[in-house]
Amino acid sequence: MPMTFAQKILSRACGRPVDPGDIVNARVDLVMSHENTALVIKAFREMGAAKVWDPERIVILFDHRVPANTLKTAESHKIVREFVRKEGIRHFYDVNEGVCHQVLPEKGHVLPGLLIVGTDSHTTTYGAFGAFATGIGATEMAAVWATGELWFRVPETLRIRISGQMPDRVSAKDVMLNIIGTLGAEGANYMAVEFVGDCVDRMSVASRMVLSNMSMEMGAKIGVVFPDKKTEKWLSGRSHRSFEIVRSDDSANVQMEEFDVSNLSPQIAKPHSVDNVVPVEEVAGTPIDQALLGSCTNGRLEDLIAAAKILNGRKVSESVRFIVVPASREVYLSAAKRGVLTSLVKSGAIVLNPGCGPCLGAHQGVLAAGERCISTTNRNFRGRMGSPDAEIYLASPETVAASALKGEITDPRTV
Amino acid sequence: MIKGRVWKYGDHINTDLIISGRYLDEYDMKSLSAHVFEDLDPTFAIGVKPGDIIIAGRNFGCGSSREQAPAVLKEKRVGAIIAASFARIFFRNAINIGLPVIVCPDACRLLEKGNIVTLDIRGGFILRESDGIRIDFNPLPEFLIDILEKGGLVPYLKTKLGRCVA
Repeated sequence: MPMTFAQKILSRACGRPVDPGDIVNARVDLVMSHENTALVIKAFREMGAAKVWDPERIVILFDHRVPANTLKTAESHKIVREFVRKEGIRHFYDVNEGVCHQVLPEKGHVLPGLLIVGTDSHTTTYGAFGAFATGIGATEMAAVWATGELWFRVPETLRIRISGQMPDRVSAKDVMLNIIGTLGAEGANYMAVEFVGDCVDRMSVASRMVLSNMSMEMGAKIGVVFPDKKTEKWLSGRSHRSFEIVRSDDSANVQMEEFDVSNLSPQIAKPHSVDNVVPVEEVAGTPIDQALLGSCTNGRLEDLIAAAKILNGRKVSESVRFIVVPASREVYLSAAKRGVLTSLVKSGAIVLNPGCGPCLGAHQGVLAAGERCISTTNRNFRGRMGSPDAEIYLASPETVAASALKGEITDPRTV
Repeated sequence: MIKGRVWKYGDHINTDLIISGRYLDEYDMKSLSAHVFEDLDPTFAIGVKPGDIIIAGRNFGCGSSREQAPAVLKEKRVGAIIAASFARIFFRNAINIGLPVIVCPDACRLLEKGNIVTLDIRGGFILRESDGIRIDFNPLPEFLIDILEKGGLVPYLKTKLGRCVA
């Protein structure tokens, strides 16, 4: 019987062939948690588990509130550090490494074919490397820590074929916003999404991470891109462990959606939902107070370079706070070495330490009532970045940089 | 059987609306629950009573994996959430902490804020008390009801792990 990627991974992990709709208990290969490790520890202790099932398979890091923004955060960080030491968890990254979805691949933890769960919804990002990776809650993470297993419903598969050459100044973010706008915020709920097509083949690994990251915004359980030579090159030198590339069989039972990006405009998700998507032309001219470039969606080197190219040494508008958050220390260092950060700062940017702070409204760039932000992050929910009376528009790095330059939402093809 | 008053909301109620990220350095659920639905309906946190039932439209709980979202609703002793559909992670989180979540598209069509309803999770129906109208839904799979009845994944696994040790 032909099988999908999701069926193959979950069959291996539960030890028998499975079909979509089956509920199975599967052994997990790798688990990740961030600040919410404090909640996981609480549930883990309440379960009465003696120790974690395998300290080698657990990765813990801090990224949401780094360095600690309040006394309460500092205290919960301390609890987690003590737990990590006591349990012998070696793969622990403190406040200095960056966002989980960037750091785990960089450090060689994410490999094709692995079954990965993380206590963050955008754990789907690891799908860009051919892993089955999905977000779970804190209590179920405690269950995985205790037993190494978790129940999964085997998902149906939605294959999205993306064809055509992306026009100049249109990038993976525009492609993904267009897909989410078309399919809707629950258009792929509970499904395994596979991204295929010549456009995906041409994309960099960083751009594929945008697709996998944001597949969550249409409800997907996973968002996978099958590995190729580019993936293998990206991974080489980062891990010495062997891996097996898993793909769907060609004749496996999947739903199909087709997208052609040849004539795509830069896209914008208007407040307050990610599927409220329009071409940039429709909202160009809307004044903004803040522009945010970064996060696990678009804080990689190619994103910072794209923004710097748009700005090209010019100063951002005096009415805009332009905040740049590299996704990780590695990205930060590469951007510094290439002069990208210098260029952005000369244009008026404020460069923050790698982390999630502004994206979830935790700290560093919180919006006041009545303010408007254009952002490369992945959510524009009401109240997400501070006041519920603020507005968030989502866009690509190119559009955010062009908008920072003009002080209003701007088509990057016009600057 | 759960009996309570209805609070009704729309589609795509996300985890930021349930509990905003700006409060998540608070780990005490009682303090945190004072902010539940703050940006959506400030009357909820003050007015909700134990057993009250939330009725909503499609994709309830979309967004972050933050377990604090179902946890603050449970802390307020919400009896159940009945929605046309749920986002995947929220649905799992709610079951795992022992908060009943019921998929029932008819409920948001037939029920309004303030209605008194009785919910039979195992039986798969809701009764509108004012006129006895019965709204049916497909009951949850048995093993999920089992987790709910044990009070969530923690007590459920505690029993299982306890047995393993013994």
